[in-house]
Amino acid sequence: MTANRDGGTIQQPRFPEPRLRVNPIACEAHGVCIELLPELISADPWGYPILRPGPVPLHLQSLARRAVAACPTLALMLTSLQP
Amino acid sequence: MTARGVAVPSEGGPLAPAPGDLRLIVRDQPLSLAEHIARYGPLPAGQLVSQVLVAEVERSGLTGRGGGAFPAGRKIRAVAEASMRPRPVRASGGSPAKGSAANSSVANSSVAKGSVVVANGSESEPASRKDSVLLSLAPHLVLDGIALCASAVGAGRAYLCVGHRAAAVAQSVTEAVAERVRAGLDSVPVEVTTTADGYLSGQENALISALNGNAPLPTFVPPRPAERGVRRRPTLVLNVETLAHIALIARFGSDWFRASGTAGAPGSALVTITGAVERPGVREIPLGTGLGEVLQRSGLSQPAQAVLTGGYFGTWLPLPAALAVPVSDEGMRAAGATLGPGVLAVLPESACGLAETARIASFLAAGSAGQCGPCRNGLPALADALNLIAFGQPSQDIVGWVEQLSGLVTGRGACHLPDGAAGLARSALRVFATDVQAHLTAGPCARAGGPPILPLPAGGYL
Repeated sequence: MTANRDGGTIQQPRFPEPRLRVNPIACEAHGVCIELLPELISADPWGYPILRPGPVPLHLQSLARRAVAACPTLALMLTSLQP
Repeated sequence: MTARGVAVPSEGGPLAPAPGDLRLIVRDQPLSLAEHIARYGPLPAGQLVSQVLVAEVERSGLTGRGGGAFPAGRKIRAVAEASMRPRPVRASGGSPAKGSAANSSVANSSVAKGSVVVANGSESEPASRKDSVLLSLAPHLVLDGIALCASAVGAGRAYLCVGHRAAAVAQSVTEAVAERVRAGLDSVPVEVTTTADGYLSGQENALISALNGNAPLPTFVPPRPAERGVRRRPTLVLNVETLAHIALIARFGSDWFRASGTAGAPGSALVTITGAVERPGVREIPLGTGLGEVLQRSGLSQPAQAVLTGGYFGTWLPLPAALAVPVSDEGMRAAGATLGPGVLAVLPESACGLAETARIASFLAAGSAGQCGPCRNGLPALADALNLIAFGQPSQDIVGWVEQLSGLVTGRGACHLPDGAAGLARSALRVFATDVQAHLTAGPCARAGGPPILPLPAGGYL
């Protein structure tokens, strides 16, 4: 058992925890991800996404998948690998 | 290489350079192939060399001399292992066989299988000269390194990329390659290419992109070059100086290599010294030599206030406080700087560090590939703010804005240009803090109007 970032405890994941990553070349600042996942993504002064560092907490993973699917340029991704 | 570190010299024959001797650059005239072999001995060849080379380079502790300081042995091993794996067929990229586009500049090469070696002598850092000096004076060390690495990673093809500023170097290197072909030395063909103009064109992924016939711009990673590089093959990209060191490690062994430098930063390195010194130019130094000693040898002629380390996306260090800092990646990191590709630019008391920084920041902003939003927007904003501090009438909160912009661009590009620009800006605010306050209260200082000290390409890289 391990403490997750929101204070609860979760089962140690069998797979590496997913992280959000953005391909900055593909990103065109549509801002869809910022709308869909404000818990983890905020906008910089030019509208490009700033991702909260660290793994995506379990309770936000389905929202994160939605944000990834909604990205118009496929720039946002969920990855279990370190960049 | 079975007798590790032991050269067996006959009378008048080749000798491993002794401790304290220069290793890479032994005289100020180019060494022909015959002279090169007479000086260093023939290149060890054969199956055994390939097998032990990677381990020997790993033991040597050699790090990449292009700026990244990544362990060279680990890089070679990654490519060697990737080239052993069956090549993946992925839905996203089509079949590997179709990976080479018809317009690719290497599409017609006769690579049937295997990985690729790319020797990076692009040297797009404006103040750096070490790679072109090395390629002019000791081309066969670099070509030896290419041959050794090609054999170690099972490469079928090698490229030697020379910077666009060094047309004469491209010519002499091409002749050196021809000399080796006539001598029947290398089993893997080496193609000399000229890297495109532009600050980022020498960046590893930009180089691969150009060799694949695409724009010479950084790409999103992954895939790493070791997995998929030139023509989608595992690709080993090493700086030309790194390859020259490998040529010597293969001959004289890792223990010999480690006899120069320090335990944490073994070996020697080429550095380019520019700015307020009597004898600017390229020198070979044992890593870990004190900054003061290195600068003294170049003739620290006038009172200096700071040194820019690591090139134009490097870090300012204050003088004389930093004179004791060891010139090595390890030593520079401990001092909050980087050695990068080995550029040391000395700023005299008579110059304004803020003006120099502002000019460099403008250069970096112009050098941005413009591919990533935070860099495309952030670097010009950062340059504007620094120019305002240096030459304008800024309000007090401009320092906070520079800090904020530096944080906003760091880590948010496909390459490290924005990180470098932010590091330069932050170190300028730190090292020239007194000047910043003076500029904020009384406007630009008299020195800010003086001529630029640090060289920038005329017309920039626009």
